[in-house]
Amino acid sequence: MTRSRLALALVCAAFAGGLLFAGATLSQSATEAPPQDAAGRADGGLSVEQLLARTTPPNTPNRDQVERGRQLVIAGDCAACHTKAGGAPFAGSRPIRTPFGVIYSPNITSDHMKHWSADQFYRALHRGLDDDGHHLYPAFPYTYFVHVTRADSDAMLAYLRTTPAVAAKRPANALPFPLNIRGVLVVWNALFFHPKPLQTPAGKSAAWARGQYLVEGPGHCGACHTPKNMLGADETSKAYQGGVLDNWEAPNLTADARTGLGAWSVDDIVEYLKTGRNARAQAGGPMAEVVSASTSMLPDPDLRAIAVYLKDRPAAAPNAGGDPDRAAMARGEAIWQDTCSACHLQSGEGQARFFPPMRGNQGVQQGDPTNVVRVILEGVRTAPTPTRPTPLSMPSYAWKLTDREIADVATYVRNAWGNKAAPVGADKVASLRRKLDLIRPPLSSWSKVDQR
Amino acid sequence: MATKLPEVDILLVGFGWTSAIMAQELAETGLSILALERSAWRDTPADMAPTFDQDELRYYWRQHLFQNVSHDTLTIRNNTSQTALPMRRLGSFLLGTGVGGAGVHWNGQIWRFLPSDFLAKSHNAQRYGPQSVTQYDMTVQDWGVTYEELEPHYDTFDKLCGTAGKAGNLRGQIQPGGNPFEGPRQNEFPAPPLPMTYAPTLFAKAASEVGYHPFPHPAGNMSQPYQNPLGAQLGQCTYCGFCEKFACGNYSKATPQTTLFPSLFTKPNFTLKTGAEVLKINLDSNGKRAVSVTYVDGEGREWEQPAGAILLGAYILHNVRLLLLSGIGKPYNPQTGEGVVGKNYAYQITSSVHVFYDDKILNPFIGAGALGMVVDDFNGDNFDHSGKGFIGGGYIALLTTNGRPVEWYAGSHIVPKDTPNWGPKWKAAVAKNYLKSATLATHGAVMSHRGNYLDLDPTYRDIYGRPMLRMTFDYTDNEHKMSDFLTDRATDIAKAMRPREFRANPRKGSWSVVPYQTTHNTGGAIMGATPQDSVVNTYMQSWDVPNLFVMGAGAFPQNPGYNPTATVAALTYRAAAAIKSQYLKAPGALVQA
Amino acid sequence: MADAKDDAQKDGAQRRTHTLLDRRKLLAGGALLGSAGAAMAGGAAEVRGTTIRNGQIWRPGEADYPEDATGAKGYRFFTGAEAAFVEPASERMIPSDDLGPGAIEAGVPVFIDRQLAGPFGRGDHFYLGGPWPQGLETQGYQTRYTPADLYRAAIPAIERWVGGQFSGRGFKSLGGADQDKVLTALEGGDAKLKGVSAKAFWGLFIENVIEGFFADPIYGGNRDMVGWKLIGFPGARYDYREWVGRHSERYPLPPVGLKGRPAWDRA
Repeated sequence: MTRSRLALALVCAAFAGGLLFAGATLSQSATEAPPQDAAGRADGGLSVEQLLARTTPPNTPNRDQVERGRQLVIAGDCAACHTKAGGAPFAGSRPIRTPFGVIYSPNITSDHMKHWSADQFYRALHRGLDDDGHHLYPAFPYTYFVHVTRADSDAMLAYLRTTPAVAAKRPANALPFPLNIRGVLVVWNALFFHPKPLQTPAGKSAAWARGQYLVEGPGHCGACHTPKNMLGADETSKAYQGGVLDNWEAPNLTADARTGLGAWSVDDIVEYLKTGRNARAQAGGPMAEVVSASTSMLPDPDLRAIAVYLKDRPAAAPNAGGDPDRAAMARGEAIWQDTCSACHLQSGEGQARFFPPMRGNQGVQQGDPTNVVRVILEGVRTAPTPTRPTPLSMPSYAWKLTDREIADVATYVRNAWGNKAAPVGADKVASLRRKLDLIRPPLSSWSKVDQR
Repeated sequence: MATKLPEVDILLVGFGWTSAIMAQELAETGLSILALERSAWRDTPADMAPTFDQDELRYYWRQHLFQNVSHDTLTIRNNTSQTALPMRRLGSFLLGTGVGGAGVHWNGQIWRFLPSDFLAKSHNAQRYGPQSVTQYDMTVQDWGVTYEELEPHYDTFDKLCGTAGKAGNLRGQIQPGGNPFEGPRQNEFPAPPLPMTYAPTLFAKAASEVGYHPFPHPAGNMSQPYQNPLGAQLGQCTYCGFCEKFACGNYSKATPQTTLFPSLFTKPNFTLKTGAEVLKINLDSNGKRAVSVTYVDGEGREWEQPAGAILLGAYILHNVRLLLLSGIGKPYNPQTGEGVVGKNYAYQITSSVHVFYDDKILNPFIGAGALGMVVDDFNGDNFDHSGKGFIGGGYIALLTTNGRPVEWYAGSHIVPKDTPNWGPKWKAAVAKNYLKSATLATHGAVMSHRGNYLDLDPTYRDIYGRPMLRMTFDYTDNEHKMSDFLTDRATDIAKAMRPREFRANPRKGSWSVVPYQTTHNTGGAIMGATPQDSVVNTYMQSWDVPNLFVMGAGAFPQNPGYNPTATVAALTYRAAAAIKSQYLKAPGALVQA
Repeated sequence: MADAKDDAQKDGAQRRTHTLLDRRKLLAGGALLGSAGAAMAGGAAEVRGTTIRNGQIWRPGEADYPEDATGAKGYRFFTGAEAAFVEPASERMIPSDDLGPGAIEAGVPVFIDRQLAGPFGRGDHFYLGGPWPQGLETQGYQTRYTPADLYRAAIPAIERWVGGQFSGRGFKSLGGADQDKVLTALEGGDAKLKGVSAKAFWGLFIENVIEGFFADPIYGGNRDMVGWKLIGFPGARYDYREWVGRHSERYPLPPVGLKGRPAWDRA
């Protein structure tokens, strides 16, 4: 790299302060969400034999390789980014939103991948370079895929080359100059991309090692669940302590009991990833997509391995904040009783696998209250899975509750039954309501009755 | 001019219970299946949420979930001497529309018919003489199918719905606590009975004292969390008292949405189009094969959708009308008795007895659509009809379905005798009695009669210019005698409940479209053993057009004294089995005429 | 997940589904609808065709929520002359007394006003096509009037009839006993009104009065849930599991409306 190019790149990087490349997330809006239920049919529902029959020489792979590749592609949830709403699986063009612009995912059906060599594909996973050697934005998480083995890389490509060919062209990325110059990424990589091979410490089980590989490699869990620095790179010292992305909070996955997985058993985690629900929580928001399209399709031993590895992350907890206002808690309790308790019960215990408990719920006690406010505002839907296909849903309260009412009931949920988390202000609700473009109700009829 | 679309293998018209069951059952064949629903998509979180469900004004009085009769209605009269006029406002029955159909806003009352109900003609003629089934111009028929043939399919539906109840007859052994009169069940109910509110326990105690056999009403409201064989999860009922006329926001009522959709909508060969109203079934040149339907989409464009087989799964009144509009089968003529399409339209006859206590708080707002106790001692042929002058019967129940005040006081008028309709005395009576009132209901059979039928109206047309359906219907002496008998038995129980006072409301006079009664319209596309006396065979297959199947209660040759949904579902499952095992292998008539 | 077209996606901040199927302005037009035709012009949005496969539709924030009619003050439909009948008449039907507030305090006239100004008043769920011969009682509602038209036609006709009976006085100026006589004559059909059926009007009116007293407060009536408090109905609550088996006990919680109760906002 010449000095002048490096200088330009550094300027760009500074200009882009806060640009969450790696944390860039998928839009949840109606027009752009990928198929919620496309799980398992990303391959069009075809058997491996049928897929093989579609493959063209010269690199006719064997059945086992394609099947292994299919599972790895599922583990990586590649379809999530590489399929647009209503589009053909893997045909790309899904808009990936970053704070500074939109990146459109490329077509990775056989139509496109047939031009790729195994070396090129491996280079993409490991170095973030496309088939022409251009830099890929780290919205493509090569910082994780760098851990994918050569054999697995070959298998993934072999599988992708069996997918039904779709000749789809993606729209041009909508990134401003100079971010649209991919050379910027040379600097980013120089600063943040220092991959080290995965090490399995002595005494750890084979399941632990397998879990480490899946979580740190193809599964790229930290892409969402690890906080990011100003330039969008993982803060590796805070691994799995929870990340913010596109108005969602990817929760803490460390061993902290209040906000992380400390209270969860390995079985709890396996059940959650396989069925989308367990006695403690239900997968919603972006994680619902992950469960439906990815984890619910993985073999049980892999889920167990993921759980074993996740259970071994050192505990770290966010600040629980100060005591909430008593009047807010009293109002919140009234709202809870009238509008929440039928499903989640007055005791907050919920109904296992139907309506999640709030008492002791880790999700609602995160440092950032975004998720609890968001699901009250716009509702949330539990991931449908093959074993539990019902997408049990919480309805939207945006039309029904004012910002203050939502703040009060969120504060209550975060602090009732022994829960502990910072109170929520109406301004937080108002801001999220604006960002999510949700209806704002007039003052409640009670306020109006009072005014008459 | 309709634009022709690519052919599908199986086309379902309407998308309620029967089409959803059919789609689920046939999806495993891998055939392409398309359902056309005239109205909108709707599902629990956005359209049935408990954040706005408990709203009797919008859902019942403003008819939010029902067919909007401003677009399309039918004309009604009691007999051929009257001029039929449009049903300008829903009343006596609440027609469904939209995804899930009336299955969204039913109560969840899951009944099996009696073995003798399927043999209404031969059984009664044998026991009470041949005139017993022909008096009052009755046109009663046997079904051509037996209870034993339907039992496995009833069982499938119970498991789909998670029906709560207690078997009264398990493989021929009478069981304590259940209905001793029911046909034998191969299996116990999938879920225990609902816990009882106060009023039904008072009813059951009194009914026992009088010598009857009370049991918990079979319920499609969940007595406990349930996961059905298709993996669908249903939550425990919360007894909110907003079942019938409302959608459940709690996944607690068995509906197409809660029981079938989670599995069905993962089938890659199934597609649903909403906003697609079928106007007509198109036949080939010799009229022996249905080749397509013509439908209008939400933007007013006409399409022709070809299909290998067409299954009508709309409500019976629409199915019968489509047959008549499409020239399929011979229309029934009440003067000559010839023809079959439109024949044997029947309904239900109901009455009630209100009881009012001083000393008991009944909390009537705690309820569910099928929460209550029943006696079946006077249904079907469970009792000796000798000398009574009627056949058939009905059940007597105390169900705590709701305590919705507008419905109580603008609809059912649940106030003591001699209470004025308004003013301070009305207000005082309402305030005094609301928490201390309950209603016993009778739910009776309507036999088929020569003069009760469906045809096309000569005057009124819908927005597409198609003739409306015309309903000619009245109760006859058979129904009135039977219903009066049931009302008297209900009164006996009401007295034994020892209330402060009671008020009986027998069904008098001609059928009126005004007060809500039941949405149990039956007949018009009746099933049977021969094409001379039926529209479809016992697999719901048109005698005239063998690649056309007509689902629903239109197939009932007359209407027994129970709610129809489980039998509709069982007939659908039976037809689906025959389509899979026989028809698809060798398309053609499943029964030779 | 739905693939294919669905225009509802684009409807911006107020994401609503489940608008009723209404093709009248696209087809057949007002030709069949008599007086309802004009009211249709600004009618409901259509449900356009949606193709659904590979999953049940769900979109964040979507809710088929009710319209809140509690906002504006004053009448939107009733003229002063109409209100001069509806207010005292409804108050005679549900009077304020020792038991609690009556129709006016409960907002019943406001409720009816909002209903008549909206889709119900336009007859959006009434078939109003002709011909319109006299029907039989068993054939129910048989007029060409929308509910709004029926009120508009009936009230002046009632006042004319009242004037004829009470030497030119208006309903509002009558004493309570005379007002009751008028209402009784309407109820029994003894009041012969010009151009409109007293019984048809009465049937709708008493229904609307009871609706206004007991429907959810979001619609402008049952203000402060006075109708529910009168009888002990807990309103829009929806979990009585703990109470099913508690026979003859009085349910302790206060009523709640779709938009809550005072405890949500006071503390």
